[in-house]
Amino acid sequence: MATTPNREAPPDTFERDADVLVIGGGMAGAWAAAAAAAEGAAVVLVDKGYCGTSGVTAAAGPGHWWAPPDPPQARETAIRNRQAIAFGLGDPAWMYAVLDQTWRTLPTLGQHYRFPIDDRGQVNYRAVRGPEYMRALRALIEERGVTVLDHSPALELLARPDGTIGGAQGLQRQQANRPWRVRAGAVVLAAGGTSFLSHLLGARTNTGDGYLMAAEAGAELSGMEFTAAYTIAPERSTMTRTMSYAFATYYDADGREIDAPFGPDQTERIARALLAGPVTCSLHRLPADIQARLPTISPNVMLPFDRWGIDPYRQRFAVTLHTDGTIRGIGGVKVADRDCATTVPGLFVAGDNASRELVAGASSGGGNVNSAWALSSGTWAGRGAVAFARRAGGSATARLKPLGRAGLHPVASQGPVDVAALRAAVRSEMQPYDKNLFRSGDRLIRSRQALDAAWRLIADHAGGHDTNPLAARETAALIATARWSVTAALARDESRGMHRREDRPGLNPALGRRLLVSGFDDVWIRPDEALPGPGLHARELVA
Amino acid sequence: MIELVIAERCTACNACVAVCPTNVFDAVAAGPPVIARQADCQTCFMCELYCRADALYVAPDCERPTPSDPAAIVASGLLGQYRRDSGWDEWAERYPNEQWLMETVFRRAAEAAKAPPSL
Ligand SMILES: Cc1cc2nc3c(=O)[nH]c(=O)nc-3n(C[C@H](O)[C@H](O)[C@H](O)COP(=O)(O)OP(=O)(O)OC[C@H]3O[C@@H](n4cnc5c(N)ncnc54)[C@H](O)[C@@H]3O)c2cc1C
Ligand code: SF4
Ligand code: SF4
Repeated sequence: MATTPNREAPPDTFERDADVLVIGGGMAGAWAAAAAAAEGAAVVLVDKGYCGTSGVTAAAGPGHWWAPPDPPQARETAIRNRQAIAFGLGDPAWMYAVLDQTWRTLPTLGQHYRFPIDDRGQVNYRAVRGPEYMRALRALIEERGVTVLDHSPALELLARPDGTIGGAQGLQRQQANRPWRVRAGAVVLAAGGTSFLSHLLGARTNTGDGYLMAAEAGAELSGMEFTAAYTIAPERSTMTRTMSYAFATYYDADGREIDAPFGPDQTERIARALLAGPVTCSLHRLPADIQARLPTISPNVMLPFDRWGIDPYRQRFAVTLHTDGTIRGIGGVKVADRDCATTVPGLFVAGDNASRELVAGASSGGGNVNSAWALSSGTWAGRGAVAFARRAGGSATARLKPLGRAGLHPVASQGPVDVAALRAAVRSEMQPYDKNLFRSGDRLIRSRQALDAAWRLIADHAGGHDTNPLAARETAALIATARWSVTAALARDESRGMHRREDRPGLNPALGRRLLVSGFDDVWIRPDEALPGPGLHARELVA
Repeated sequence: MIELVIAERCTACNACVAVCPTNVFDAVAAGPPVIARQADCQTCFMCELYCRADALYVAPDCERPTPSDPAAIVASGLLGQYRRDSGWDEWAERYPNEQWLMETVFRRAAEAAKAPPSL
């Protein structure tokens, strides 16, 4: 229709046509680009930062969920163990598919990543170093001809007249915010999760932008109540790498040892102690042979200690817990089919941008499931996007409508918005242990009110020429994501997996369903019609 | 947070400008880059890995700046530590990647937690 608004791109815009546009250059986006390019597609990948160092994989060391095909019991055991902590929300068929895809695909990086040989002389694939892994993935996608645009955050998706997704646009922040616009046959969203600006290592560019863009296109989110993962770190540091802490001893302000043994409720016990006062930690129980090899196991872990002049094996140091939000939580855009398509045609989703309930259920997917999921869902989304683009054919000439709202186009009067204050407001609802880790209905309602007020400010007034569009958009995404998380946590008035309601300590069998959440000015929630359970046919597992 | 670009070491290759995920640095014509947006630093240490000249110093405090004296930092021997321990670039043959030991460590911790307390 002639009346359809269609802001044409300004003349100095960087424009490109592609079969597939991948938004986000972390593990999931890079695997998506690799898979799409392997099918012969023209692929553009954009990242807010730099593909290779951005995202939560890059500074960490992911261990992938990993089980060989034989003996067959290895995978069955892995799936059974996971199902036991999925609390009815996992799907064994998807779990099997992820194990299988990871097993096949990870070794294909061998040209660019030197997988090490372990003490028994075996090649170890499953545990990789983040910086080397992401450097290798970038080399792989460049070798396959992917066009990589660094420092080019996506701000909004573009829809064709029939509502299918046909590209995105954003800005190039190292070129004086020059706009970019990519028209594509299909789009893969792999913009990661969000830690709500906690100091989780490597998470600063993860502000939930992908959730906001997907929801604006009409997608729903799932599993958003499972955002209560927290990770230990030395106070005032980002070093949320936990291996050494498996042997940690914790002390309260009076120097008394805290009863917090290594195990599933250790985080909870430390959080309770932190609510009562400062907590210190000693790593003196870390065996000497591991101490000696720590720098070559996890080379960044000692950096803070060495630079502060602390000997963590002899001295106590203060610790804190950073919220992981949806990064080691599991919420994200609902995956609608085996290709990791969303419910919006032309839009695919991968990694932390997607809900990981299918493979993680109600417990954190960090520690191995998330990486395997990022790799597998990336691979499937990349291929699925190519297939969609080929079906969609020559619609690249269609006029495209930008879908972005909050932070870009104020609903009411444009006016000054204190973005820093709004970010602080999000943090103060999502970081405190007594609001987000130990939850209760009344506190969640108060959080929801605070976040609603923040939403009104950003949606009504932010945007236009005199604001920093990226900062405003990130803030809108942070607030929207926090509201979805809190709303879902309220609706799930029970305790299940990592979602703990102090006012509802038990499991409610009637709530053994996944919850979908979406909406902006009005946030709404409904149970997923699809029941948790086998979502794939056995024959589909043999790819 | 990033604190120092050590001018005497810097070759003005601008790798740090390119790779910093949060766009902290600005390139400068024919000279070392500047730390233009220190408050945006996410304290990830990635710039140190990509600086072949070991000319960058990131202090571990992620909440506020740490005044740092370039001469003292150079003398401390801390520069380049992360690249070396990672076996990055010229260190590749000398420092092995032992990330795989992580699983062993967690297994031993679980076993130790189950074991009866010993005196
Ligand atoms: C310290 C730490 C250790 C971990 N260890 C493990 C482990 O051992 N095992 C495991 O399974 N999982 C682990 N995890 C979780 C795992 O790392 C993540 O699940 C995985 O990295 C997700 O990959 P991703 O590509 O979806 O997200 P990310 O790696 O976060 O990548 C998202 C990318 O999108 C980009 N982006 C964001 N917004 C935009 C935008 N608007 N436009 C363009 N680009 C954008 C970001 O810059 C980033 O590069 C760990 C996480 C942390 C924080
Ligand atoms: S990477 Fe190192 S040498 Fe290159 S410009 Fe930056 S500080 Fe200088
Ligand atoms: S530590 Fe990370 S965020 Fe800070 S300047 Fe270096 S690369 Fe950038």
